[in-house]
Order: sequence, then C-alpha cells, then structure tokens
Amino acid sequence: MATLVQLGAGKKDVALAALRATLRRLEGPGRAVAGVAPTGFAAIDRVLPDGGLARGALHEIMGEGADRAAAIGFVIRLLLGLAARGPVLWCLADPDLYGPGLARLGLAPDRLILARTRKDTDLLWAMEEGLKTPGLAAVLGEPYKLDLTASRRLQLAAESAGGLGLVLRQPDGGKATAAVTRWRVASAPSAAPVPGVETPRDFGLMRGRWRVSLERCRGATPTGDGYGSWLVEEHDATRAVAVAAELGDRSGASAPAIRQAG
Amino acid sequence: MHRRQRSGKPASETLPLVTVADIAGRRVLAAVDPAAALLGLAPGMSLADARARLPDLWLVDADPAGDAKALAAFSDWCGRFTPWTSVDGADGVWLDITGCVPLVESEAALALDLVARAAQLGFTARAAVADTPGAAWAVARYAELPATSVRILGGSETRMALAPLPVAGLRLPAEIVQDLKRLGLKQIGDLYGMARAPLAPRFGEAVARRLDQALGLLEEPISPRQPIVPRLVRRILAEPISTPEAIEIGLEQLMALLCRQLEEEGLGARQLEFACFRVDGRVERIAIGTSRPSHAPAHLGRLLAEKICQIAPGFGIELLQLRALAVEPLAAQQLGLDAKETDGTVAPLVDRLANRLGARNVLRLVPENSHLPERAARAVSVLDGRHDAKRPQDWPVARPRPIRLLAYPDPIEVMAPVPDDPPLMFRWRRVPHRVRRAEGPERIALEWWREPEAGTDGIRDYYRVEDEAGRRFWLYRRGLYRPETPPAWFLHGFFA
Repeated sequence: MATLVQLGAGKKDVALAALRATLRRLEGPGRAVAGVAPTGFAAIDRVLPDGGLARGALHEIMGEGADRAAAIGFVIRLLLGLAARGPVLWCLADPDLYGPGLARLGLAPDRLILARTRKDTDLLWAMEEGLKTPGLAAVLGEPYKLDLTASRRLQLAAESAGGLGLVLRQPDGGKATAAVTRWRVASAPSAAPVPGVETPRDFGLMRGRWRVSLERCRGATPTGDGYGSWLVEEHDATRAVAVAAELGDRSGASAPAIRQAG
Repeated sequence: MHRRQRSGKPASETLPLVTVADIAGRRVLAAVDPAAALLGLAPGMSLADARARLPDLWLVDADPAGDAKALAAFSDWCGRFTPWTSVDGADGVWLDITGCVPLVESEAALALDLVARAAQLGFTARAAVADTPGAAWAVARYAELPATSVRILGGSETRMALAPLPVAGLRLPAEIVQDLKRLGLKQIGDLYGMARAPLAPRFGEAVARRLDQALGLLEEPISPRQPIVPRLVRRILAEPISTPEAIEIGLEQLMALLCRQLEEEGLGARQLEFACFRVDGRVERIAIGTSRPSHAPAHLGRLLAEKICQIAPGFGIELLQLRALAVEPLAAQQLGLDAKETDGTVAPLVDRLANRLGARNVLRLVPENSHLPERAARAVSVLDGRHDAKRPQDWPVARPRPIRLLAYPDPIEVMAPVPDDPPLMFRWRRVPHRVRRAEGPERIALEWWREPEAGTDGIRDYYRVEDEAGRRFWLYRRGLYRPETPPAWFLHGFFA
C-alpha cells in the first residue's frame, strides 16, 4: 500500500477536523455517528466533515452520460477498503459486472452479493433490507430513478443499523434526495507521457484518471461552485491492488496540481 | 383408496345420470350415478341397451382428461390425511396412512372422515383400509359395500375378506381375468388352493404375484423405500379462517412446533411448504427455500409470511399444514460467502432477497475455467451450493480485464489502419469515439473444441482503447485480417 502524503495537513488542520467531527456529533439531526469509511484519497477525506464517507448514511454517486463504468470504477475503489468488513450487496437490473476485472482491481468478486431486480420498487426494497442488515460492508444500488421519499427511506434504514448506502445513478436534473453526499464521477483523459521519464506500455495506455466532484455534502462548507473537485489518478494498474493518488485539489483554489506519489 | 364416480348434478335434474364414451365406434356407458346403478345400468353397457331399459336418461359425454385432472386435485386434497398420496388409474387414489393414525383416533375414523368429506365435495367414494395395497384395492372396488362406507381389514381378516371377491380384484389384465373365468376360477378364494407352479406357465407370473401381494406374502413397494420421516406439523381449525392475519397466526404456531422438532434432531430446513386446505377441497400452497439450513422460527416464519398474500382463502381454510421438504444437518452447512461474517445476519438477508426476487436473481460471481472472456466468469444463484469449491484465488488477475462485460459483444464500426493496428475511431450505438490511446493486441484463441464460427479463424484480437474523454473500452477484431473481407469489430467491455 502506498503512503499518501497529506499536503498541508498540519496540526491546525487536524485540530479543525476533530472539532468538526465533535460538532457533527453534537448537532447531527438524530444521526448517530456509526463510523466512517475513508475514501482512500486523503485530500477528499479532508473535505468531508467526518473525515470519510459516514456510515449509517446514504451517498449518491452520479455517472456522466452513458458512462457508468467511471462511476463504478470509483465506487469499486471505495469498496476496496471496506470489503474486509463483510459482503457487499449490489442491487441492479443487469448484473454485467465482470469478475476478472473486479479481481484485478483487488476487489474479490466473492464479496459481492448481486440482487437482480426488474423494477425500481424491488431494487429499493432490496437496498432497504440490506441497509437494515448489520454485517454488510456496503449496500449499492443502481435505480433508474430516485425521489425524495425513496431516498429518505433508504437514509432512515441506513441510520437504523449503521449501513453504508451508495446509490449509483444517472444525473436527472439534480432532483433533491435525502442523501448525505452527492458525487459526480467522470472519466478524464490520461496524462501524456513525460518524455524520458515515463514510457507508455505497448501502444501507450497511461494511468486512468477520473474527475471527481463533491456536489453536495451535509455538514460541510461549500467553497466556490461546490465542495471540491479532484482529478484522481490510478496509481498502478498493473498491480492487483490499485492505489489511487490525487493529482490536483481544486477545493483549496490555490492548491497546486501536484501528483502525490507513494 | 376409493372409487369415484362423477357427480355434480344440478338440483333441478332428477334423471339418472350416465356418462357416455365412444369405444370402437360404439356408444358405451363410461360411468353411472347411484340412481342409474339401482335401475340396473352399469359401466360398459352400450347406450342402446341402456336406453332400452331406461328411456329417460341424462347423458353427459365422458371427459377422461377432465376426470384425470379432478382426480389429481382430489389426490392432492387427500394430502390432508397423509403426505403420501398418489393417483391410481382413472378412478382411485392411494393413501399410505402408515404412521398417520396417531394423528386421528383410528383407521376407521380416518377413512370415515375421508369418505364424508369427499361426499361434501360431490364425490361418491368407497374406502378400504388393509394391510396390503392389493387387499385394499380389491375390497374398495369389489366388496359388497354400500356407497360412502368404509371397510377396515386387519391381520387374519384379509384372506377371508378377499375369498368371495371376483378375480378382477387382483389387478389383473382383462384377458387373464377372462381366461381364469373360463376355467371356472371366478373368485379370489378359488385360487387359494391352487398350486403356484402350474399357474405361472398358463397365466404368466402376474396371477401368483398379485395374489401373494394382496395376501401380504410378497412385499409390494408402493412408497419410496426410505421411510418417510414426517417432518410435518398440522393444525385442524375449529372454524375456517380466511384473513391473512389469522393464517399468519396459525403459521407461527406451526412454525414453532416444527422448529422445535428440527432442533431436537439437530436439523435445519432448506425447503418448507405451507399448505392451506380450503373448505371447498382446494389446496393452496406456498413454498420457500433457504440458503443454509435453519430452524429459527422467526426467520423461516418471516420468509413464508411474505408469501401469505398469495394464498386465496376462498370460503375459508380448515386445515393448515407445514412441512419441511428438505432438511440438512446444521453442522454441515456451507456457503460460498465467508462463513464467519454471514453467520448471523447475512444469510437471513439472502433468504429474504431470494424469497422476494427469486433464487435465480440473487447471485454471486464464480470463476470458470475458461480463457474465453465471456466464459471466464458466471453469475450463479447464491443458493446454488455446487460452486462452493471455487476459491477467490481462482480468479485470473494476470491481465487487464474490464469491470463490465457485455454478455453479447456489440458490433461497432471502426476505422483502423491495416493490418494489425488498433482502431483510430469507432462508432458505438451511433456515437463516434476518437481513440486517443490504445494498447494491444491481446490475442485470445477461442476454445478449439468448439466449432469456430465462419470467418473467425478461431481467434480474437483485443485492444484496450481510451477515447478523448478518457473513457476506456475493450474492443476486439474477429479473426485474422484478410484484405478481401472487411474486418468485423466488436465492443466487449468497459474499463474503469
């Protein structure tokens, strides 16, 4: 596992994060702090009030157009750190997840329980049942539509048992939901090889990149147009366990786009 | 066992009822009701003869298919008395009531109850209980027995009771019965004194065998050889019930009973069936399966309770029955998912998902021993235990593979320089993608023992490509490049 250097994470930041967490606990609207699932990206975790994705909550991840793969790729990297906690329930209409691909990224496909559902009502029911079940690392769902009522039900179910709910969906005009955070994940073009330093493999596919934006985050202060936007790069695709490193951090506006290597 | 005749006569109709079938061009009586039988009509008589005796008859065309269906339903209904019932020929039902008598007062009580309830359903039934299936069969059909009555034979009575009955009662083919009659052997008792040896060459071994079977000298297997351990509980209701709440309460009580029984035996249920016997004779059944053996009443009860809405109570339910169709020792449980985490809570969740979505819709991914991408992994039902031997390290990780794979590769239009270059541009679902970077080819040979499709040469050349937006695809060209034919390209998966 690579060590990630936290840029600028001095004593002040640590103290601030601790204070924020305390505040969240004190003023949290009926939401017990059920634990935190770090995203694995230090710069992103810093922005999140709990220092990671809060358990006992619902999180929304939006794909970009027809590009479901980028969002799934991001989610899988989130799951890498979680799967040790227990199986992951994944509810979807068309289970086209490919075991060898998941295994290559380091997520043992055996950890997944796939629930194939034909209707959104079944899918949301399955998610709710999963969120109420302790012992699952996370519950993922890919509904066609998610409205406020349905998302509130999921949020309540997650709160009741401390489950981590992730909803993967297509953007539909940014309808309000009860999710605690909303992310937008899109593919980004990979970097051009630096002559003399890096040589592209074969014909030259470089490390994969995503543009990850945090569009909504309960309990955090927005900066500018959102809560933060990052360019995330795959660390090493040839290794079974892929470690991601942040490239740039636009949340601090002035943070330089420096690759943190590990 | 009983004899059944068609009934269902409307109240206004008072004529003797007969059903008529066409046999070899002749109109023949197939069945007659008690009124017609009293007046001398019998099945097998031609319609003309019957008309000569009784000009006023209510004729109904025989409906063998409908009869068979009704008989099957009736046999099902008999499941209220014993779990082992089966249809016998066109007009009988076997009930193996071995071990069921403690549930009722006596064999006679059971048989009388059966006949009385059958009468309520409109069936004229005759029942006989005997030590051997053969004796019961003969007595129910050929003994001097008024309709809707029963006869119980025990021990030494069998031989005496069978003696005056016609030889047809031995379940013999009609030709053999005719031959026996010609020789003056009309009653079963006539055969008692005969030496077995000369019987066989003349009539085949059937006569001696059937006789011995009826008398209990030869064992006749009618039920599975394994003894049926009745993992079954039932409750006869004082008042018919019809609300889902009442059914659920009844189910809870039965579940507690059954689970206690299973617990004592150290067993858990894998399949359960809950049957509701309605007052109109229909049986409503719901069934569930579990991912691992369980005898937790709350868990199993919840699975079944979710299906109670599928039960149509009709005019009411008078008997509830819960039965474990498949049980397994609790110690031998195994589930592909890591046992230590799934012990407490996840297995019940899986069962609940399978219960609502169907077992084939709750899946896990298992590796398959194939290098053909679409065959290297498979989604199988979590409840399917056949893949438990597969280990996580069986997953191939040596080469980059997409996280989503299309079950059927999508044909794409491609601009590729020849001969072995990755594409420069491709069009998938009418959207053009300009390829920015590419990697490949990785040549995958199709399995040689399968017949290659025409033009595939048995190989595929796979490329990983990245488009301008950074999206990554897995494309392949089918077959070797041939200048004379345009190459066929496909999109097979997505990287992330």
